[in-house]
Amino acid sequence: MEENVVMAKAIVLAGQAIGAGLAMIAGIGPGIGEGYAVGKAIETIGRQPEVKGDATKTMFIGCAVAETTGIYGFIVGLLLLFLNPFLKYLG
Amino acid sequence: MRYSRIFSERKEDKLTNIEVQGPRVSFVIPIGNGIAITESVVIGWALIIIIAIICKVLTANLKKVPETKRQVVAEWAVSFVNDMVADAMGPKLVFFAPYIATIFVYALLGALVSMLGLRSMTADISVTLTWAVMTFVIITFYKIKSDGILGYLKGFLSPIFLMAPMNVISEVSLPVSMAFRMFGNVAGGMIITALVYGALSAATSALGLSIPILTVGIPAVLSAYFDLFSGVIQSYVFIMLTMINVGMATGEDS
Repeated sequence: MEENVVMAKAIVLAGQAIGAGLAMIAGIGPGIGEGYAVGKAIETIGRQPEVKGDATKTMFIGCAVAETTGIYGFIVGLLLLFLNPFLKYLG
Repeated sequence: MRYSRIFSERKEDKLTNIEVQGPRVSFVIPIGNGIAITESVVIGWALIIIIAIICKVLTANLKKVPETKRQVVAEWAVSFVNDMVADAMGPKLVFFAPYIATIFVYALLGALVSMLGLRSMTADISVTLTWAVMTFVIITFYKIKSDGILGYLKGFLSPIFLMAPMNVISEVSLPVSMAFRMFGNVAGGMIITALVYGALSAATSALGLSIPILTVGIPAVLSAYFDLFSGVIQSYVFIMLTMINVGMATGEDS
């Protein structure tokens, strides 16, 4: 009986670890998006060096906004890893 | 029984012994069930006192033509924030500058206290969510002020009434995303630094070295990136988004 409970716990923990890993797939999107944004900003600065300040400022804000989805995935991963939210359903 | 050994071993494992928790409770005020005062609140009040003292010192006996260095510094700081707000929100909304400056200085110092070995204040979701909700209240106030309460409510039904749930979600997601962005960045940096530090100390003990050589330089680089760079950028982004959103809500775009 005790072994069953421990087994169930192990399955839940394994699921959480896999889920945390899968949640970090969300990092792909912001990586590509921010790289594209920075590339475009550099292109703009190369073409018009006089707008360097504005372009950099706007780029940082755009990067921060694009980062949000990645941060969401990261927070889900953190919750799964450190909070063990599903263990309580084992009773 | 076989599996329970795994769990008992897991607790003694060096790598999983890293403390990744919310802010500790510093003390409890004995009112009612007891109000728990966390580290973030204590650090926050310490910062408020420090900032107040700095402001008091910088603005002591001002002259029309600056004679002292501290007046020059104070004037530079004020005109810097004023110019930034006028640039982002338009010259009519410069009266927001004190609010923006308050959040900026508070967030900046709150993130930078981690350089002193304290827990970063913005790595607490309560702190960032408080600021985000404050901004949300201001945004809603100005939306209602410019459109009227009926116009504001009607805005949820555009383009057609079926979109109302979507509009509500997009409205609420603004403070949530602002809070989580800042929290996630700073807390993530803190956790990654802690994990790398734990891994390096585990690696040194695995190599059989008694002196933790590997933990000397590498965590400092990470700390410089996550605490310094990320803290400053996130504070800047937070006030920038505040200014842009409030500016859009007032309908007076520059």
